[in-house]
Amino acid sequence: MIRKPVDIGDPHRLYTVTGGRSRGEEAGLDLVTLIVSECRPTEGMQSEHVRILELCGHPTAVVEIAADLRLPITVVKILLGDLLASGRITARNPRPSAAHGDAPESALLKEVLIGLRNL
Amino acid sequence: MPLADAAETGLKIVIVGGFGVGKTTLVRSVSEIRPLNTEEVMTQAGAGVDDVAGLRNKSTTTVAFDFGRISLNEQTVLYLFGAPGQERFWFLWDRLFSGTLGAVVLVDTRRMADSWYAIDRLEYHGTPFVVAVNRFDEDGSRFSLDEIRQALDLPEDVPLVDCDARLRDSGKNVLITLVDHLYQQALAREMTA
Repeated sequence: MIRKPVDIGDPHRLYTVTGGRSRGEEAGLDLVTLIVSECRPTEGMQSEHVRILELCGHPTAVVEIAADLRLPITVVKILLGDLLASGRITARNPRPSAAHGDAPESALLKEVLIGLRNL
Repeated sequence: MPLADAAETGLKIVIVGGFGVGKTTLVRSVSEIRPLNTEEVMTQAGAGVDDVAGLRNKSTTTVAFDFGRISLNEQTVLYLFGAPGQERFWFLWDRLFSGTLGAVVLVDTRRMADSWYAIDRLEYHGTPFVVAVNRFDEDGSRFSLDEIRQALDLPEDVPLVDCDARLRDSGKNVLITLVDHLYQQALAREMTA
């Protein structure tokens, strides 16, 4: 059954979590951008930041972080923006689907097909 | 279960369908993790909340969705999203699912009308898709795929398959049908480019 996150829906908490900022430096963060910690949590760090650094010891997608923190995607992107700006995490962005640059789109899709057939 | 440390590319496929059609079941049957649930917020007006300040008033609502994950190889991870088909969800489509590889419309033949809207919206957003009919045990009607294609007014070039969302092989087949369709489309585009 769908688990209803308990903390969502209190606008005041969301506002507090983001330090009252209304807009994050979320540029470039996608649901499936993989986040990796570049340091350990330190004393006095905001609890959400601590949790993100713990989670992202291995690559973890933005949407997985949101599910773990039980916070809306938008709010999580703001938190990640903080950590990105201070170099505490790095982001591995998805390959753009249309503007593929070097590799043709068919090559990526072939890779996906092979992966699925091998399941 | 954490991802491989070499994981660098996340990809998205969205499974769209009405309430109870089996989206989460399909995600669960192929996912390497137990499906997780998360939410995004939006204003009642439908414009996305770019502005968290908007959260201070009560004019926000949330859209919940499930997701699962398949590690395709050491570097590439496919995320599967089960997305509700209701109207307000589509306001969030671009924000959540831009760059998605494609979509699966999951159909329950007892509630075919639910699928019309999803197909219309996917066409509007230019998202390539396939249609999978989830054959429930109690689906006594057993409409043929041809009948369903007619009922959905589905163009010939959109793949339409039967599935049993509870079965891993069946769910896997639906995903392969979609990605093969996308692959053929990409090849055709690259031939004429």
